[in-house]
Amino acid sequence: MTGVPIAIESSRPPLAAVVRRDLVRETARRSLARRRLAGRVATSLCTVALCVSLVPLVALIAYVVSRGLPALSGGFLVHTPTPEGIPGNGIGNAIVGTLVIVGLAMAMAVPVGLAASLFVVERPGRLSGVLRFVANVLTGAPSIAIGVFAYAVFVVNFGYSGLAGSFALAVLMLPIMVRVNEEAMLTVPDDLWEAGLALGSPRARVVRSVVIRSALPGIVTGNLLAMARAIGETAPLIFTIFGSQFFVFRPTSPMSAMPLTIYSNATQAYPDAQQTAWGTALVLMVLVVILSIAARMVAAHLNRKTR
Amino acid sequence: MKADMTATLAASLADEIHHGHAAEAQSRGSSTAPSPSSSAVTLDDVSVSFGGKVAVRNATLDLATKRVTALVGPSGCGKTSILRAINRLHDHTGGTVTGTIRLGDLDVYASDTQPELVRSRVGMVFQRPNPFPTMSIFDNVVSGLRFNGVRSKSLLADAGEAALRQAALWDIVKDRLRDPAIKLSGGQQQRLCIARALAVEPEVLLMDEPCSALDPIATAKIEALITELSAHVTVVLVTHNMFQAARVSDETAVFLLGEDRVGELVEVGPTTEVFGSPTDERTQAYVTGHIG
Repeated sequence: MTGVPIAIESSRPPLAAVVRRDLVRETARRSLARRRLAGRVATSLCTVALCVSLVPLVALIAYVVSRGLPALSGGFLVHTPTPEGIPGNGIGNAIVGTLVIVGLAMAMAVPVGLAASLFVVERPGRLSGVLRFVANVLTGAPSIAIGVFAYAVFVVNFGYSGLAGSFALAVLMLPIMVRVNEEAMLTVPDDLWEAGLALGSPRARVVRSVVIRSALPGIVTGNLLAMARAIGETAPLIFTIFGSQFFVFRPTSPMSAMPLTIYSNATQAYPDAQQTAWGTALVLMVLVVILSIAARMVAAHLNRKTR
Repeated sequence: MKADMTATLAASLADEIHHGHAAEAQSRGSSTAPSPSSSAVTLDDVSVSFGGKVAVRNATLDLATKRVTALVGPSGCGKTSILRAINRLHDHTGGTVTGTIRLGDLDVYASDTQPELVRSRVGMVFQRPNPFPTMSIFDNVVSGLRFNGVRSKSLLADAGEAALRQAALWDIVKDRLRDPAIKLSGGQQQRLCIARALAVEPEVLLMDEPCSALDPIATAKIEALITELSAHVTVVLVTHNMFQAARVSDETAVFLLGEDRVGELVEVGPTTEVFGSPTDERTQAYVTGHIG
């Protein structure tokens, strides 16, 4: 579009205003059909691209539902696993394990993530620049590396436990949370900052009453989405929680969790085990969908209250 | 005290009208003044609603060719909704327009009317200057031409220069046409936006409170420009400022909120009459500052 030489000092006499006007109007009128056609082609291409990007998603959901649904007989959600061939199989212990492990991971990561992002927003400087950079890099860290790390610092010293899994998932979620929190807080307009400070309030008070309050919908959504991401992670758990066939509520013991159940059952040759893996995958997927919808609903609710 | 202030306001408004019109009669001359009967745009029983909620209803209004028509009234009474109905901008914001709008002999909302064609014949200037931030001054001015399929470099250069001259910006920017448009001051950016609209050679120019983000000096320049432009195009000006309406407009349409909080056109006529001897008592109250 750029790079047109502008003939300001040319010797060519400029077109008479009337001629120029007619020329412009005529061009616009004549090219309209072509431009509208180009617009329609572009719109169709975008529609096709949308469909292409939806195909894998829809196919995945359809496949998991069709393979997983037969496993969801009565008791699947509340029973513990049975040996191969014995009826009454269930993943109740894995569901409990996932809820305990992820809940503890949230309890560890959310406060730290909030405080760290506050530092980044509140104290711009070299240290927060480094912090932001590290968070960005860690967001892309392979989850298996995080699992190995948790094994080295936690399992080696204290043994396998649900808590070790929570620690690994917290490490996984933390950089995501720092980023989403920072983004949410940066959308708070400077006017509000200044309005708070101009009333004579200390920065910490402005942060608590104005900035966090205004950014809350974004913070809640972001943290819940980080949780949805962590809930399906397998690699950090393989190295940390060991797995268990029983209901375990004490996080210092080895525990089971849904991703681990999927992993260990899917790699077995028995049809029953594979059936269990599909069923667990379906339950996990539904849980993630519920979490994502909940995140949106909470954000919408907070938005209604604050705006 | 209150009555005093009102009287002063009314007197100064009357003063503005006198001055404005004397200057106008001089600048325009009698030969170029079109007969008041020719209309560039006619609105017949036009209502605009958003999601079932009516914003403004049953407006019937003729916009005289090559005249400045001011749409005045308090906030939320539908001035801008009517303005945006004229170039079908509600197509994009989900507003519903009923009634008939004619642009010359073109039925704006006919099913076979292409909105792009309407919009290339009706230019628009917005409340805040909105030059395209990634484009240079020159690219901004000719952007509408390029969007409309003009490729000839000499035509782009000619039309760009002519539009900048019309917007009284040429002498300021002619040596830095390649500079980013956002480096200009707010008032200059708004004149750039006017030039950008004019470059497409519209018959009608819609201006939605074009001075509300500008200081008084920049406002005065835009107002002077509006008067000059009306020699070539039909101008529709939405404004909150009744002094501005009195200064620059030939015709004034007054919108007010009806009993049920829906905007209505309550009076339209030559500016001198609407401000000097309004027939509707609500207009009377509004222009003298009792309500609104």
